[in-house]
Amino acid sequence: MSTPPIIQMRGVSKWFGALQVLREVDLDIQAGERVVICGPSGSGKSTLIRCINRLEPHDAGTITVDGTLLDEDERHVQAIRREVGMVFQSFNLFPHLTVLENCALPQIRVRGTPRAQAQAKAMSYLERVRIPEQAGKYPSQLSGGQQQRVAIARSLCMEPKILLFDEPTSALDPEMIKEVLDVIVDLAGSGKTMVVVTHEMGFARKVADRVVFMDAGRIVEQGTPSQIFGAPQSDRTKLFLSKILDH
Amino acid sequence: MPPRPRRRWRWRWIDTLLLGLFLGGVGYLAWRTNTVFNYRWDWSTVWPFIFRLDAQTGRWVPNILVEGFFTTIRLAVYGIMMAAVIGTLMGMARNSRRLFLRLLSGAYVMLIRNIPPVVFVFVFVFFVASQLMPKVALADQAAALSPFWQGVVTVLFGQLKLLDNFVLGLICLSVFSGAYVTEIVRAGIESVPRAQIEAAQSLGMSRRHIVTDIVLPQALRNVLPPMAGQFIQMIKDSSLVSLVSIQELSFMAQDVQVTTQRVFEVFVFVGVVYFVICFTLSRLFARLEQRAARAGR
Repeated sequence: MSTPPIIQMRGVSKWFGALQVLREVDLDIQAGERVVICGPSGSGKSTLIRCINRLEPHDAGTITVDGTLLDEDERHVQAIRREVGMVFQSFNLFPHLTVLENCALPQIRVRGTPRAQAQAKAMSYLERVRIPEQAGKYPSQLSGGQQQRVAIARSLCMEPKILLFDEPTSALDPEMIKEVLDVIVDLAGSGKTMVVVTHEMGFARKVADRVVFMDAGRIVEQGTPSQIFGAPQSDRTKLFLSKILDH
Repeated sequence: MPPRPRRRWRWRWIDTLLLGLFLGGVGYLAWRTNTVFNYRWDWSTVWPFIFRLDAQTGRWVPNILVEGFFTTIRLAVYGIMMAAVIGTLMGMARNSRRLFLRLLSGAYVMLIRNIPPVVFVFVFVFFVASQLMPKVALADQAAALSPFWQGVVTVLFGQLKLLDNFVLGLICLSVFSGAYVTEIVRAGIESVPRAQIEAAQSLGMSRRHIVTDIVLPQALRNVLPPMAGQFIQMIKDSSLVSLVSIQELSFMAQDVQVTTQRVFEVFVFVGVVYFVICFTLSRLFARLEQRAARAGR
């Protein structure tokens, strides 16, 4: 392909103390690509995407995001974070702000958007995640599924080029998983680059351009959903899929 | 019909015994005071120091115990505000990335928490403040104000000629209490989950905005109950500065005691005043806290 990848990772390694959680990971993601990362817990998939916006600094290797090299330089980190949104497993809404302010405040502080304009954009994205009627409430008054949809709207308000999802449905009750996944599936049609860590294989089948399987800090196998789910090559992948798909 | 709620405790013989012992103890003390100790209670000489009849105008005017009461309240109210500012700044410094700020605030807290309050008051007033205050000479500056503003200053800070003295005591108390507020704020900041900061970082917010918009508002909300406790503590601690002639309630009580020789009456009265203020406030804050808890979030 002629265009350079929007995320390029080369030989990325990361240690937590003596424990090596990422082992020389190479990964390229193209603009507009939707990538699902899966693998057993402790395989390093969350750490991998947290390195992309430097919530975790990597110890070795290089990461380039949208042409900017991610290093210690605070300006580079900030530039990248402005282009990369993230949705967390435990929502992490700001409990002291209303739903509307959760979505408006970051725009005002980071982009310098006037308040009225920021709130208008917040409302439009709250509509997009089908929750505009909750704008005046505080996060603690919402269900988990509603909170996660607000968190998605909050990220979208920053108009990021890349969206990272760190197990967005793992903390949800089963009946709320669908409402959140529906929103993410919707987004998948919008052309944004998406990197999703998830155990929802049905979702991966539906939206992913590529599935990356990780184990013990390495990328074991990657390919289209039909390749990974239909004809996995590695024994580790087969074992993992048999555990997760059997029920 | 739903079952009657079970009574949480019932009266037993041990309760009768304990109550009897307690009442007996109190009765014994009262008897000792009245017979052996042979002290004649005489409250009549104390009342005029609360309100006195002005001979010229024929009106009742507040006397020094009331003045002392208001000085105590002023010290506590301004003191907690100044301590809150000091404590917030120092509490942030305790969690700072800069080693110098961490050392500075750590030394401040360590120093004040590990010396007795009385020693701190003397050292602060005689060695630190008395060197600086004459250079400021607030009373002289206040005397140069227009009558209207002099009135305002008097209402807010008490008599003009005692202004330097008052401010001295106020700073002393604030610096002292500020060390405890620092620890309260530090704990409040540490109580904000790491995930909140990560969420703000992922949105591209700057370090400064993360502190002012995300961490501090949550931290300060968490510390309101202990801050209310610190305010009550402040009312009691304000009696410390009577040692350096700040004319608050305890100082005035000593004054009255010297004049009337009625030691017990004066201090029983002052004790009741402190208790009523502190107890009322603690009930009030408890109510507010319950209200806030019911309101959720």
